Amino acid sequence: MAVESLRGAYGKTLLKLGREIPDLVVLDADLAKSTQTQVFAKEFAGRFIDMGLAEQDMVSTAAGIALTGKTVFASSFCTFLVGRVFDQIRQSVCYNRANVKLVGTHSGLGVGEDGATHQSLEDIALTRALPEIRIIVPADAVETSLAVEYAAATPGPFFIRLTRNNLPTLFGTEHRFIMGRAPLLRDGSDITLIAMGAMVEKALQAAELLAAAQISAAVIDFSSLKPLDEDILLRFAKKTGHLVTIEDHSVHGGLGSACAEFLSQQYPVPMKIMGMDNQFGRSGKPEDLYVHFKLTAADIAGAGKEILSRP
Amino acid sequence: MNEQELADLSEIARQIRIMIIQMIGRSASGHPGGSLSAVEILTWLYFREMNIDPQNPGRPDRDRFVLSKGHAAPVLYATLAKRGFFSSEILSSLRQVGSSLQGHPHRLDTPGVDASTGSLGQGLSMAAGMAMGLKLSQNPACVYAMIGDGESQEGQIWEAAMTAGFRQLTDLCVFLDYNDLQIDGRVSDIKDIQPLRDKWQSFRWRVHEINGHDFREIAAALAEFRHEKEKPTMIIARTVKGKGVSFMENNVNFHGQAPNAQEMATALTELNHGR
Repeated sequence: MAVESLRGAYGKTLLKLGREIPDLVVLDADLAKSTQTQVFAKEFAGRFIDMGLAEQDMVSTAAGIALTGKTVFASSFCTFLVGRVFDQIRQSVCYNRANVKLVGTHSGLGVGEDGATHQSLEDIALTRALPEIRIIVPADAVETSLAVEYAAATPGPFFIRLTRNNLPTLFGTEHRFIMGRAPLLRDGSDITLIAMGAMVEKALQAAELLAAAQISAAVIDFSSLKPLDEDILLRFAKKTGHLVTIEDHSVHGGLGSACAEFLSQQYPVPMKIMGMDNQFGRSGKPEDLYVHFKLTAADIAGAGKEILSRP
Repeated sequence: MNEQELADLSEIARQIRIMIIQMIGRSASGHPGGSLSAVEILTWLYFREMNIDPQNPGRPDRDRFVLSKGHAAPVLYATLAKRGFFSSEILSSLRQVGSSLQGHPHRLDTPGVDASTGSLGQGLSMAAGMAMGLKLSQNPACVYAMIGDGESQEGQIWEAAMTAGFRQLTDLCVFLDYNDLQIDGRVSDIKDIQPLRDKWQSFRWRVHEINGHDFREIAAALAEFRHEKEKPTMIIARTVKGKGVSFMENNVNFHGQAPNAQEMATALTELNHGR
């Protein structure tokens, strides 16, 4: 499978949207080269504002600009855009219902060598608790472009969580993004693997490993995290009776929590929530970190077998 | 401004003070001190300065006002009601369930409120953002904001100050309600914010220092703001917390405490006597 940069797709899509939407404004906090907002900045210097290293000011300023009728994208690394700026997201953006799209890059362990300070593992937990905001975690470049276009066309706050690293392209150009709908990537009857972002690729690999052991695993890309696709969750809980969720994020408050909150009240089934459990990340190559923290395809397949073997 | 105009404005300010006391007293909750200190500034802005239309509060070319020190919501609500944005009858519902008047300003609930504020420091960034957005649209509207002196201890104030100064937001005018009291005591004792003029000037702002209860001084500073071509404007307004009610003046206990029935009666007697 070809790999593509989600950040690259973000930059290209911003450029395209900039040509279509005169009221589109983009803010960054001294990371335009990393987040790829620089692609927009080069053509639309007047509508690009580098706020310098002041993320809190950036997000409240984004809200103020949006309140004058603009569509505002604001970007930085997830850890600085969300963790550092939680109160501004809560009050300036969400409480004001400001038309601000927060696009964070460099999420999770996938940041790699920069280590724990730069590996955002709590951003979903933080934003998911807030009213008004919608959350999308694209799994490839195609989904990234579609999510960014959808956010630009839909009034109100959004958080889009991107990775630093390139990811395999899962979707063709015919793919349509529908908010609140989680795409089924592989059907199955014994167990369902629910993943987001960089973990989707690993879930697909895990499904292959399970198939070799005569276990039929479904794989769902839960890119549309809030609102949660409750329909597909319920359908596959009923169909397969066993679930594994996998996220490059804390297991407290993220994808697994969202699924468990819903299913525990509607249709409880045996679940395994995989992710970072009450610990910080470390420096290392991303793939080595996924091995270290037990988030590989083999780990996922092992968790699947464990659930199925429960009495 | 002639004597009659001055007398008319003073009368509006007196009525707004009465509304503030009644509103906070009846709901038994709210921040009287920092509301009373800002009365003259808001009176001047809403009755003389700002291009606004109470019948059409969302008009795109309107001037904006952001109360960054959102806890002074009562002075904003009283001023908006007095100016005709909504009926003054709803003022007594302040802070009650079902009211359109939240404890801190909420733009989605109250006509005429341009930004929801309450967590200190954020309003100044939002006001600067509004000035940037309006500038991008070549909209000539101005953005006015008010920050507190205690609020000036928030780091975000200085992030926003740096942004607005660097970006030369000449259509942004900010009042600092400098009453020198915050919840825990005197601002100058807890974490002094002086030297203020030097600070704001070094952040590339035009700085004026005035008596925040003197309409002539407010008017003069705003006249300079209208002609400003280089910098955002900071008006450091020396004020008295609790201004207009003798036992509330310079009394830190009335930062966030409502007057009881007896205190409310005494305050209203004083304010009515001042007619």
